[in-house]
Amino acid sequence: MTTKGILGKKVGMTQVFTENGELVAVTVIDVTPNVVLQVKTVENDSYNSIQLGFDDKREVLSNKPEQGHVAAAKTAPKRFIREIRDVELGDVKVGDELKADIFAEGEAVDVTGITKGHGYQGNIKKDGQSRGPMAHGSRYHRRPGSLGAVINRVFKGKLLPGRMGNHKVTMQNLKVVRADVENNVLLIKGNVPGANKSFVTIKNSVKAGLKKNNRQSEK
Amino acid sequence: MRQNQLIEKITAGQLRDDMPDFRAGDTIRVYARIVEGTRERIQLFEGIVVKRHGAGISATYTVRKISNGIGVERTFPVNSPRVDHVEVMRHGRVRRSKLYYLRALHGKAARIKEARR
Repeated sequence: MTTKGILGKKVGMTQVFTENGELVAVTVIDVTPNVVLQVKTVENDSYNSIQLGFDDKREVLSNKPEQGHVAAAKTAPKRFIREIRDVELGDVKVGDELKADIFAEGEAVDVTGITKGHGYQGNIKKDGQSRGPMAHGSRYHRRPGSLGAVINRVFKGKLLPGRMGNHKVTMQNLKVVRADVENNVLLIKGNVPGANKSFVTIKNSVKAGLKKNNRQSEK
Repeated sequence: MRQNQLIEKITAGQLRDDMPDFRAGDTIRVYARIVEGTRERIQLFEGIVVKRHGAGISATYTVRKISNGIGVERTFPVNSPRVDHVEVMRHGRVRRSKLYYLRALHGKAARIKEARR
């Protein structure tokens, strides 16, 4: 299966009315035309991919290698550069622009982003554990519980307090509500990972349609 | 918080400008469009506006009426295309923006004085 993808920036959330008058919550993603910075082919690199750049930055913020890399595409240095693998290359050239119209309304997509960082958090907030009784002299309120059998070490995977958030997370099978080429905006139903103004990668869904195919094979 | 300009631009096309001006305490008549299969009809919902909530495209209003002795509240999005139109029947004089206290009252006590506006 060939993939397609585009890079964007989370603007924020709002609501829009669908055709039948329902109000749905959407995330607005700014997808100002992505520039193809590099094309990788099976012959050269043993796999097919395109490297996309998004969000211009000033020349002073970039170094010589960065400037050299974007020179072939005749564009400004980019803040966010990602590769989309297994793309239908066709006649994609370095310097081409990808716009919101690569996705259609109603299409299923996967959105990857970096979640909001929450800092050092306990088990209750971080892992969803429950707390002990606050009263009756329990003296056991928000602790992580027993560390297990005495074998002079802690088992791998034991849930303990630590840093929460700031992880790379992909949300699968989200629906595109609107692909607006005029405003360079994708509206995606529901929420996507990350804070506003954070960068996200949008690809066509890997799981969309799988269920339907399974049902057909059962018959 | 000031809303993002891009978001404003996206939602601007779906905002309605034909809504009359009404506040909490007013009595209004909402002509709601109801789709049953392929047929569409208009249902009337008349009552007191209990609250107005939100701004922009997400703004809503809640209307309360007494139906067969039971209080019924219905919330409509201000910009909903499923509302045909709204008629303001009466302006009410109230001293707060959210009339939740009406839920505890009924009959004569739940009346609202008319305001000249």
